[in-house]
Parts: sequence; structure tokens; C-alpha cells
Amino acid sequence: MNAESVVPKIAAGAALLGATGGVVGAFAVLRRRSLLGDTLAHAALPGICIAHLLLATRDLWALSVGALLAGLLGVVCVTAIPKWTRTREDAALGLVLSTFFGVGVVLLSIAQQRPTGAQAGLDSFLFGEVAALRGRDVRVLAVVAAVSLAATAVFFKELKLLCFDEGFAAAQGWPTYTLDLAVMSGVALVTIVCLPVCGVVLMAAVLIFPCVTARYWSNRLGVVLLLSAVLGAAAAALGVLSDQIEAALFTASPGGLPPGPMIVLVSGLFFAASLLAAPERGLIARGVQTLRTRVEVVTDHVLREMYEFGEETGGQANIPGRQLAARVSSDPLTLRLVLALMRWRGWLEADAGGTLRLTPSGGTEAAGVTRTHRLWEIFLVSRADIAADHAHRPADELEHFLPRTLVAELEAELARTGRLPQPAAATAAGHVPPSLHAPATTEDRA
Amino acid sequence: MLHLHAHPGPPHVSVPPVDPLAADDPQAADAVGAAGGSVPAVEVHDLTVAYRRKPVLWNIDFQTPEGRLVGIVGPNGAGKTTLIKAILGLTPLASGRVEIYGKPYAAQRRLIGYVPQRESVDWEFPVTVRDVVLMGTYGRIGWVRRPGRAERATADRCLEQVAMSEFAARQIRQLSGGQQQRVFLARALAQDAMVYFMDEPFAGVDAATEEAILTLLRTLRERGKTVFVVHHDLQTVQNYFDDVVLLNLRLVASGPVAEVFTTDNLQRTYGGRLTILEQAAEAVGRGEASR
Repeated sequence: MNAESVVPKIAAGAALLGATGGVVGAFAVLRRRSLLGDTLAHAALPGICIAHLLLATRDLWALSVGALLAGLLGVVCVTAIPKWTRTREDAALGLVLSTFFGVGVVLLSIAQQRPTGAQAGLDSFLFGEVAALRGRDVRVLAVVAAVSLAATAVFFKELKLLCFDEGFAAAQGWPTYTLDLAVMSGVALVTIVCLPVCGVVLMAAVLIFPCVTARYWSNRLGVVLLLSAVLGAAAAALGVLSDQIEAALFTASPGGLPPGPMIVLVSGLFFAASLLAAPERGLIARGVQTLRTRVEVVTDHVLREMYEFGEETGGQANIPGRQLAARVSSDPLTLRLVLALMRWRGWLEADAGGTLRLTPSGGTEAAGVTRTHRLWEIFLVSRADIAADHAHRPADELEHFLPRTLVAELEAELARTGRLPQPAAATAAGHVPPSLHAPATTEDRA
Repeated sequence: MLHLHAHPGPPHVSVPPVDPLAADDPQAADAVGAAGGSVPAVEVHDLTVAYRRKPVLWNIDFQTPEGRLVGIVGPNGAGKTTLIKAILGLTPLASGRVEIYGKPYAAQRRLIGYVPQRESVDWEFPVTVRDVVLMGTYGRIGWVRRPGRAERATADRCLEQVAMSEFAARQIRQLSGGQQQRVFLARALAQDAMVYFMDEPFAGVDAATEEAILTLLRTLRERGKTVFVVHHDLQTVQNYFDDVVLLNLRLVASGPVAEVFTTDNLQRTYGGRLTILEQAAEAVGRGEASR
């Protein structure tokens, strides 16, 4: 067969497989049955071997029936063992998975020793084989894909409800048992159909990876499913084609790379990229968020400490850097970053000796920050009955996260109850009420 | 619409959008009216639930008239949640039957609203607040059809009822416990029911939400709805509820709080559990408290 002409066909078949696995697998993941496909796939191996030994055929239909029967038996065992014995489900899963797989591998080696077995190439079921994507298999794949994707689209609402809140669905009268059975049958069907391509060992990845990866990018079930399909298709197509790509790039003839592991590798790459780069949920986004919050908090501290230092020393605003560091509870690295940012914003000046001084605009900021802090303290003491010497901490924890509107409300509240320490006219931004407590000592702040 | 009872299961005929709290829901009025005004909203006969050989609820028997707030009270493991699930058909009955407005439960599903325990679902699930509330309308939409403009309007109104409108587009993970509870309440409101069953709606919520839920319960009562609430805090039973169902595997007592919520009955409900008993005694009244 001409390699050039089959490549698009293989890619299309693989994409179909990946998309179906992604969408159907998403329901398994969302129903918290991620390992159902894994169990099925591993447990299928002895079925494949037994079917081959009994019927002496490598007809895919016969082998698939064997795979399905053995796989279902495995699933039954996983459900039954925790129910009837005192073994937990995760342990049962481990037991069944390894036992079935062990039996499968033993049977496989027996089959391989027989003359027909070696030709049948049963060992390709372990890690999958691209050749399985040729000819008739693709048509089966297409039918399964069409049915499961169409069913997902048609019963989207019902499946969503089932996966989110089974009890509520049942109370509304939906046949949750039947729906659940349909979903799990879908997973089983897709698993068995994908087995020859992906292999029993890594089948689970085809089902689990797309949904888990898609989840990083969206909070809507519809979008998650769509993305699962796209990611699954891309990973499967790239994984299957990797052999061709590798052949084109490095060696003369294809045939080295097994598709199962390659699909997993590509899926893993997608996942890692999402884990790092996804907005909001990704590690980078979360790290930036955390850092930004910390910088905001420490900036507020520095401003307030400098303002209070000025108060204590009677308007003298130069503070040695080391003294400031002792007053602000922050790690040196963040403090350094904050000071650099403040200088960049033009709030801070430093001389060669390391003495820091607020600029006029920095002074205004500092007054504002200190004012909010003290208003909160007054509020907490007068409203929440917190002792004056204890108000500092909670005020400190809250104020950095207050929206401006709430500060305005706070001022209004304090003004209304006559607790704003100055007549309303003097409350224009910039006026800072005196501190409630004696300036905290350095030890307090450590 | 008159053929409502001919169809068991959820895919009932579609209905025009109605205010979730409106008492003049034509369908509900039909289902209720057909039974007559004097029929109890909920009647539980001889209900027994058993897990394998161990009975978890024995011969529960009570009836509740329309428009009452009913607290289901009992110690941990007394079968409070099981009672609700048995009434809703989520747990198979060993014996007994449940009637809603004089008809078997299966024929009256449309009249039921349900608030499960908050922990019963995965709050990481990729849905928004509005999606969840919309699920309340699924029962009357029926198979395959998607919620339309009318259902979305209903959902938005229900969110407004629980003061959660501004969170409609949020993913549910980003809510506090009290907010999650309100979302569940809004979903039950969207069911547009006559009888509500709520499993510990007050558990782990902040004071503001507790107050909001209480106000909502009272509004529901004003509109002639009947609400069953699994409740843990004995201190507030008298203040919150009209009726109480005291449960400890068997029914200890049921009826108006004033008659049933007595030290004696609480002692029988809570048995030897002293700390709870002391709480109860306190709740029943300082002068009457026994030691």
C-alpha cells in the first residue's frame, strides 16, 4: 500500500477515535468513574486471547466479542467485591485490574507460542497498532462515533443533570438507572472499539486526558465536551501520525513507534501546557495572582509604616531601609520587589545610604492607606466589640481586599453614628484619624 | 393539561412559564384541586425502609395538612435523610406508601420540590449558577427539549428570590457554602412545586443565609406551600416550624410544635445522649428543664 495515500485516512480515523473517546470519557470522568475504561481495557486482554485460542482466528469481530465479555466480567468484579467483601473500591480495582491483566499476558504468551498466534499479532493489542485503522475497522469506528456523539448532543440536558445530581434527577422522575447504564455502555463500546488502535495498557488515557485538560479552559459543560472532542482528536491524530512523522524526519521506513504510547505522550503534552498556561486555573495564572496579592498587601504595609514613622518622628519622613524592613513583616524578596515597584511608580525615593523617603504622591497614597486602616479599626472596635489592641490584626487582614465602595460605606456608617473622629467636612480623602492604640512596637510586628 | 396524571415520570406536558412562588399555578391547582381542599398535602402510611436485613425506618405514619412548615428532627442516624429519600422514591420501600394530595407519589412528582444535602454533589462540576437553577425546570420540559427563554426567565426570577442574581454566570465552585445553599433553593423554586423537601438547608450556612432561608420558607408557607425541613438545631425548632416530626428509626411523635415538641418526647427521641438532651431541655424552656 502506498504510504502517502493512507496517511490522511489514518489521521481521519484516529481523529474520530480521539474525539469519541474524549467525549464519552468525559462522562466517565464527570461521573467519577474515570477508571471504568481502564478496568474494561485491561480485563479485555484475557478475553481477546481466549477468543483467539478457541476460535483460532484473528477476526476483529470475534476478538472484540471476547474482549467485551471479559471486560464486562472485570467491571462486575470491581463492583461486586466492595459490595460483598470488606475490600474497598480502590483496592478491588487494583486486584481485578492486575489479575485480569496477568491472566491476559500469560494467555498471550501461550498463544504466541502456537504457530497461528505469532501471525495473528495479538501482542499488538498491548500498545495498539496503526494498521488497525485501515479498511473495515474505520467504518465500525465511524458508526460508533456517530452514534455516541449524536446521543450526547440529543440527550445533553439529561446527561448533564444525571452527572451533576443523580438524586435530584431521580426525584424529578428521570430514569437515572437506565441513563447511567447507557452512559456506561457507551464507555464500554468505545473502549472495545478503540482497543486495537490504542492498546489495552494505555486506553484509559484516551478517555480521561481530554476532559481533564478541557476542564482547565472552561466552566461550561458544553464547551468542556467540545474541547474534549477537539483535544482528543488532535492527540489521537498526532499520536498515530507520529510514526509517519518520525519516519519522514529521521529514518527511511516507518514502523517503530507504537500509537498508544504516542497518543498518551501528546495528550500529556496538552495537559501539561494547560496545567501551566490556562487562564485562572493554570499554575502560572495562579502564581501571578498570588504574587500580585502579596505585593498589594506589602505595598500597603510599607506605605502605612512609613506614614506612621513620620507621625512618630514628628513629620520626619526619612527612614533607613533596614529600619523599615524590621517594621514590615514580609520576606526580603517581596519587600525588595515592592520597594522597586514603588520607586517605579514615583512614590518613593532612596538615597545612596539606603534611606527611604516618600515623594508627595507617595505621601498621599500613604495617608489614604493609613486612613482606611484606622477607619476599619474604629469600626471593628465600635461595632464588632473587638478590643482596641486587637483591632489592628483583623483590620489589617481585611482592608487590602476592600472595594472602594465599601470604604465609602464604612465612612458613611461611621459618620452617621458620629464615630468618624472629625466633622464630616474634614473627612475628605487625605484626612487621617489618629491611631486607636499606641504605635505597635517592633516586637509586635515580628 | 388535564391529562397530567395519565403520564407517570417527568416528561409531562409543557407548561407556560409561571412565577415560581405564585399560588395560582394552573397545573398545581388542577392536581391539588382534584383532590379537594381537605386532603392532607402529604400522607405517609406505614413506611418501612430496610437496608438488607437491618431496618432503618420502622412503620412511619403521619400526615401533614397544606401550608405548614415541618421540621424533621432526630439524632444522627435517626433516618431523617432516609425518610425524605423514601418519600421521594429515591430509596426503595420495604413497605408502606406515600400520598401527595391524596394521590400516589409517582403521579404527583410535578408537585414536588427537592433540596438535597449540599455535599451530595460535586461543586467542581462545570456548570454555572444559572445552569443549576435551570435544572429545576427540566422535569416539566421533558425529554430532549432544551430550556428556552421562558425557563431562563423563571431561573432568573428564582435567583432573584434568593438574592443570587449577580452570581448567575459564576461557576458554582466560586460560591461560599451559604451561596451554594441558596442556589439549591433557587433550583427547588424553579421546580414550581406545592410540597418541598429540604435536607438540612441550614447546615453550615452563615447567619445572613439562615435568615434569608427562613424568610423564604415563610413566604412559601404564605403561598400555601408545604415545606419539610431536616433540621439539627433544637434551639430554633419552636421559632422556625409549625409542625415537627420527631424521628429515631421509629416515629416518636408528629404534629404541631406546641403539642409535640416536649421534653418528654425529646427524651424519647434522643435517648441517653446527654449533651443533646441538655440542649433540648434548654430549648424547651428554662423553667421546665429537667436534669
